[in-house]
Amino acid sequence: MADPLLPVVGQPSSPAPGTALEDIAEEVVRFPGGGIAMLRSDALFHWAQKSSLWPLTFGLACCAIEMMATFAGRFDLDRFGMILRPTPRQSDVMIIAGTVTIKMAPRIRTLYDQMPHPKWVISMGSCANSGDHYRNVYSVVPGVDHVIPVDIYVAGCPPTPEALMEGIFALQKKIMEGDRAGA
Amino acid sequence: MGLPQGGGTYARGRIVSGGPIEVVERDFGELALNMGPQHPSTHGVLRLILHLSGETVIKAIPVIGYLHRGVEKLSEHLAYDQLAPIYERDDYLAPTANSNAYVLAVEKLGGIAVPRRAQWLRAFVSEWQRVSSHLVWLGTLGLDLGGALGGGTTLYMYCFREREKILDFLEELTGTRYHTNFNLVGGARYDLDAAMVAKSNALAASVEAALPEFWSMSGGNPIFVERTRNVGVISKDLAMGVGITGPTLRASGIAYDVRTAAPYDAYGELPFTVITRTAGDAESRFQVRMDEIAVSLKLVRTIVEGLPTGPIFTRKPLKNPKATKLPKGEAYAAVESPRGELGFHIVSDGSAKPYRLKINAPSFKNLQIVPHILPGGLVADVVAILGSLDPVLGDVDR
Amino acid sequence: MPAPEIVASLETRFSATPYALGVEIPAVSLLTAVRALRDAHGYRYYVLGTGTEGATSFEVTHAVRNLLSNDTLFVKVVVPKDAPEIDSIAFVYAGAEWQEREIWDLFGVTFNGHPDLRRILMPDEYPGHPLRKSFAMETPWGYRKAEAPTPEAGS
Repeated sequence: MADPLLPVVGQPSSPAPGTALEDIAEEVVRFPGGGIAMLRSDALFHWAQKSSLWPLTFGLACCAIEMMATFAGRFDLDRFGMILRPTPRQSDVMIIAGTVTIKMAPRIRTLYDQMPHPKWVISMGSCANSGDHYRNVYSVVPGVDHVIPVDIYVAGCPPTPEALMEGIFALQKKIMEGDRAGA
Repeated sequence: MGLPQGGGTYARGRIVSGGPIEVVERDFGELALNMGPQHPSTHGVLRLILHLSGETVIKAIPVIGYLHRGVEKLSEHLAYDQLAPIYERDDYLAPTANSNAYVLAVEKLGGIAVPRRAQWLRAFVSEWQRVSSHLVWLGTLGLDLGGALGGGTTLYMYCFREREKILDFLEELTGTRYHTNFNLVGGARYDLDAAMVAKSNALAASVEAALPEFWSMSGGNPIFVERTRNVGVISKDLAMGVGITGPTLRASGIAYDVRTAAPYDAYGELPFTVITRTAGDAESRFQVRMDEIAVSLKLVRTIVEGLPTGPIFTRKPLKNPKATKLPKGEAYAAVESPRGELGFHIVSDGSAKPYRLKINAPSFKNLQIVPHILPGGLVADVVAILGSLDPVLGDVDR
Repeated sequence: MPAPEIVASLETRFSATPYALGVEIPAVSLLTAVRALRDAHGYRYYVLGTGTEGATSFEVTHAVRNLLSNDTLFVKVVVPKDAPEIDSIAFVYAGAEWQEREIWDLFGVTFNGHPDLRRILMPDEYPGHPLRKSFAMETPWGYRKAEAPTPEAGS
């Protein structure tokens, strides 16, 4: 007996736009048993990178809870290839979720430096974008872009999981175009 | 390759030709291990410096302040009516508990009357947020004890599934899932109608139906019991001297709950039992919180049955939010947040802004017990104990 | 409201003055008063410790509770601003340890006899005590920039 309080999910019909090989490659020829695709190497690498972004678990404040909800069952980021990694050595993207304080800022810089290239940063929430209503306080860094280069800013206090997913899709588009902040 | 650096006893065998193996033991002293501030199991930006001898913890020094946002200083620059949403970011798992305590302190100092219906609505939202906060606690406890890529994620996914339903309900009631901005000085902001009451009852029944499954996945799991029984025992004397509060205190046998000891909002008229256990270990803290979820789900149904009619805000419409002045003096008011006694101590000098505002944060006090109960246990127990204490770092650092 | 007989006994023994939330005690008798509260009167539960800045003084307030009679008593001590130090009650109530560290960190009041008096919320080398009225909230966050070495002449 279906739970009446869970949302009703529609039937998926085909792969989401932008994820099929035909969208990435210059030329695809399929024959029984396989196929041949001709594509530029950076298109292939960017497609692989955007489809398996592994974020670093870096929740600082309340946005961390919404990030955890985004990784949980309903919004499920695992289907986009994102697995949370606890160590910066194994992660591609750092989602700064929460307020950055002066005590924490050097640690954020160290963690960013420990991530191997290529790496991206998503600044989630108003506190990480600009300091929110704490921006004038003595102990708060008004925005994480004072410390590390940021690729995508997601607005909200906290951003809903849908907004965070929209930010991740924007980052995926940015990766496909080959754009990257910082080194 | 050489001997391992760091702490522990190291035993090496040497075969004396034809004879027995001679075992030589050497002791290499302490290893200072830094856990955090970025760590999957520290519930936020908490840093623990652990001095280890092998796997045993000798000393544990918590370092906090990585989320200090200066809320108390910020409060001195904003007017009383502007301040209520600021505190929702402190204990960010139960946001309305913070603003509830704040408006109670302001109303006490200013002698501002609150309509009865608003008081009952405040209790209603507080209880729903207690359930939501305990579900996050249980889910992250599963992640801590079971491992993120191990079995613990199942409990985490199931708890967050139930929590999403609660957040949907809150979104329909207030417009946002999370920092609902529900409490005003002098009343509440959003009201319930008959359709929402029916939804709330259906939701309570649905979450209650899922509880036995959560019990069997956690409390009924022998590995879980092994990892939490007799781990991190807090004695009554230690509990009182350090001043821990909330489910952590009640699991050590002290039946103190702000809702019965100093009733506020609707709790003076609502019947409920204070849940206690006597063992004081991590398993008792787990059981107290699980029972509290059941009690809260019953409470939300009792509240909507007895909801009084009337307005929810009776102060004159605020044309200028900076106009409310409180008389000179001090006041202290506390609520029972999911972590314990959350109190606001306001000192007023007669102007429209607080002169000094101190937040009595339950997680700050609960975290002080860490240097006392971590030594003597294993590194694996550190994670179990921190999970059973349920600290929220926004509450600790403010 | 604090229990009247406790207030009366504190008034006679320690020349305390009552106020809205509790009693105000002279600084010299803080330690003995707090010990008497814990041992003789049963106020064994520590609630909170806070500081306030006045015009010429600092006020340090500790709140303790008797769980059996459910009574909360606020004990206030006034120290002059030019000599802001008071006895530490960390060995009477273990919970006062971190609260006193926070008051030292944010106000600059020294606690004599505290086992580990160092900063708790701000970075260890932070100059200044943020919750003082003379400290601006908008103090620049990049405090380390002020310590950056100036370029040497001729380089």
